[in-house]
Amino acid sequence: MAPGSTTERAVVVGAGLAALRGAEAMREAGFTGALAIVGAEPYRPYDRPPLSKHVLIGETRPDATTLPSSLGADVDWHLGSSAERLDRGSRTLHLADGRALPYDRLLIATGTRARPWPNPHEGRLAGVFTLRGRDDAAALRAALAAGPRRVLVIGGGFIGCEVASACRQLGLPVTLVEPSPTPLARVLGGTVGAFIGAIHAGRGVDLRCGSEVEWLEEAEGRFVRAHLTDGTRIEADVAVIALGAVRNTEWLDGSGLSADPGGVDCDAAGYVLDTDGQPDPRIAAAGDVARFPHPLYGGRRVALEHWSQAVAQGIHAGRLLAGANPEGPYGALPTFWSAQGDVVVKSVGLTEGADALAITLGEPGSGRFVAVYGQAGRCIAAVAVDSARWLPAHADLVAAGAPFPPDGAATDRPSKGIMVLAPGFP
Amino acid sequence: MSTPADASSGSPPGLRVCVDLNLCQAYAQCCYAAPRHFRIEGHEALFYDPAPAAQDRADIERARVACPVQAIRVEDPGQAS
Ligand SMILES: Cc1cc2nc3c(=O)[nH]c(=O)nc-3n(C[C@H](O)[C@H](O)[C@H](O)COP(=O)(O)OP(=O)(O)OC[C@H]3O[C@@H](n4cnc5c(N)ncnc54)[C@H](O)[C@@H]3O)c2cc1C
Ligand code: SF4
Repeated sequence: MAPGSTTERAVVVGAGLAALRGAEAMREAGFTGALAIVGAEPYRPYDRPPLSKHVLIGETRPDATTLPSSLGADVDWHLGSSAERLDRGSRTLHLADGRALPYDRLLIATGTRARPWPNPHEGRLAGVFTLRGRDDAAALRAALAAGPRRVLVIGGGFIGCEVASACRQLGLPVTLVEPSPTPLARVLGGTVGAFIGAIHAGRGVDLRCGSEVEWLEEAEGRFVRAHLTDGTRIEADVAVIALGAVRNTEWLDGSGLSADPGGVDCDAAGYVLDTDGQPDPRIAAAGDVARFPHPLYGGRRVALEHWSQAVAQGIHAGRLLAGANPEGPYGALPTFWSAQGDVVVKSVGLTEGADALAITLGEPGSGRFVAVYGQAGRCIAAVAVDSARWLPAHADLVAAGAPFPPDGAATDRPSKGIMVLAPGFP
Repeated sequence: MSTPADASSGSPPGLRVCVDLNLCQAYAQCCYAAPRHFRIEGHEALFYDPAPAAQDRADIERARVACPVQAIRVEDPGQAS
C-alpha cells in the first residue's frame, strides 16, 4: 500500500482545530485517497479562543470564527454526526446516525468537553452555563448582554479568569470562586497565581479564593444564588461553570485502544496504543484528546489543552498517516497564551514538578514580568505577563534545559540579583 | 461541496482570518496595514476580526504580508481558484 495510493481511505474523527490541520497536512503530504471528516457539531472547524474573550463582550459574533483552511472540495464532511464506536477488526467507524465509514488511516481528534457541574439538576438550571463550543458562547453572551445583577464564575483556571475579565469589561459585577489559594494555582502555582489574581482584583473582580461552592439555589427553574461551603451566599443571575475539561474518548470503549477520560495514549511517533501497549500503525491522535510521552520532560505522558499543540500535533499526525516520514518523535515545545481582558499571559514549557521560581524581568507589582520555573537546577517553563516579546529568549532556555536560575541575555538583572521563590504548587 | 454551512446567503463569501497568538509579538504592523480589522488592546493584546468582508481583502492581504512573524493566516473563499 503505497502512501497516496488512490484506493486508501482516511477518516478524521472530530472536526476541530487538530482535525483540520491534520487533514490539511495529509493532503499536503500527498495523500490523494478518499478523505472523510466526522464532526459531532453541525459546523465547519472553528476557533475556540475568541469564545471566552471578544465573543462574550460582543465584539465578535459567535459564528464568525470559522477557521481558514486549504482543504478543497475533495473532502467528505459528516457534520452533526458523532462517532459512536470503532471496530478495528473490520476497520470501520460507526456513527450515531447509523452510517458506517471504512478506513485505512484514522486520525483521532475528538478533543474535550467542559466538565459539567457535579449536580446535574443544578447544572441544567436557567442561568447556569459551561463554555466549550460556539453555541455555549452564544448563549452566555446573550445572558451577559441582558445585564445580570452579578455573574458567578466557578473555577479560577484560564477560562474562568477570561470570563471574569470579560464581565469586568462589560461593567458587570463578578465573583470568582476558586478552592485553591489563588487563581491559576494548578497550572502556574500560587506565587504567580497571586500576582495575576492581584491584577484581577485591581480591576474589580471579587475573588473568593480558598472557597468552594456547595450548591446552587433556584427559584422557578432559574439560578438565583450560590451557597459556599463556609455558609456565604452569593446573589447572582448567571453562573459559569469553569471546572476544566473531560476528554471525548467514550466512543473508543470496546475498540481495544488505550483510552480513558484523561486521553487516548500514543507512542512517541504519534501512533495510538492498544491496551497491550502496541501501536496501531493505522491510527494516530492529535490535539486535546491525545496523551503522549513528551521527550522534553523525560518521556512523561502528558495531555495538553493548548491551541498550538492542536496545530503542531495535528500536522505531525497528518504527515504520519499520509506516510510522509515525519522528523522523528513528536515533541514540540508547549506554548500557550491567554488574554484576560487586555492582560496577556503567555507560557512556554510545562510547570509541573517545578521546585523553584525566579522573576527574571519586570516587576510583578507593576503587572508586567517574566517568571522562570526551575526543577532540579534546570529551566522547565517560563510565564510572561504583558511581556511577550521576552518569551522567545526564555523558550530557548526551556528547550535547552538551561541551568536555573538563568543569567545572561534572558534577564535584565545580574544573576545574584535574581530572587528565587517557591512556586507555590499545592 | 465546499459551501460553508454558516455563510450568509446572498452576499459574497467573506474572508477567514486566524492569528497564531503564540507567535504574535504585538509589533502592530498588521494594525497599521488594516486598522479596521486589527488593533492592540492594553500593552500587547491583539484583537482581530476573524471574518472580514470580501471587499476588504486588499487590506487583509497587506496585513498578512506585513506581519514579521507570519502569524496571520487568511482564507479567501471568493478568490479560490
Ligand atoms: C473557550 C475556550 C477558550 C480557549 N482559549 C485558548 C487560548 O486562549 N489559548 C490556547 O492556547 N488555547 C485555548 N483554548 C484551547 C484550544 O481551543 C484547544 O486546545 C483546541 O481547540 C483543541 O483542538 P482539538 O481539535 O484538539 O479539540 P476541539 O477543538 O475540542 O475539537 C474536537 C472536535 O471533535 C468533535 N467531537 C467530539 N466527540 C466527537 C465524536 N464522538 N464524534 C465526532 N466528533 C466529535 C467536537 O464536537 C469538536 O468539534 C481555549 C478553549 C476554549 C474552549
Ligand atoms: S503584525 Fe503579526 S506580530 Fe505584529 S501584532 Fe500583527 S499579528 Fe502580531
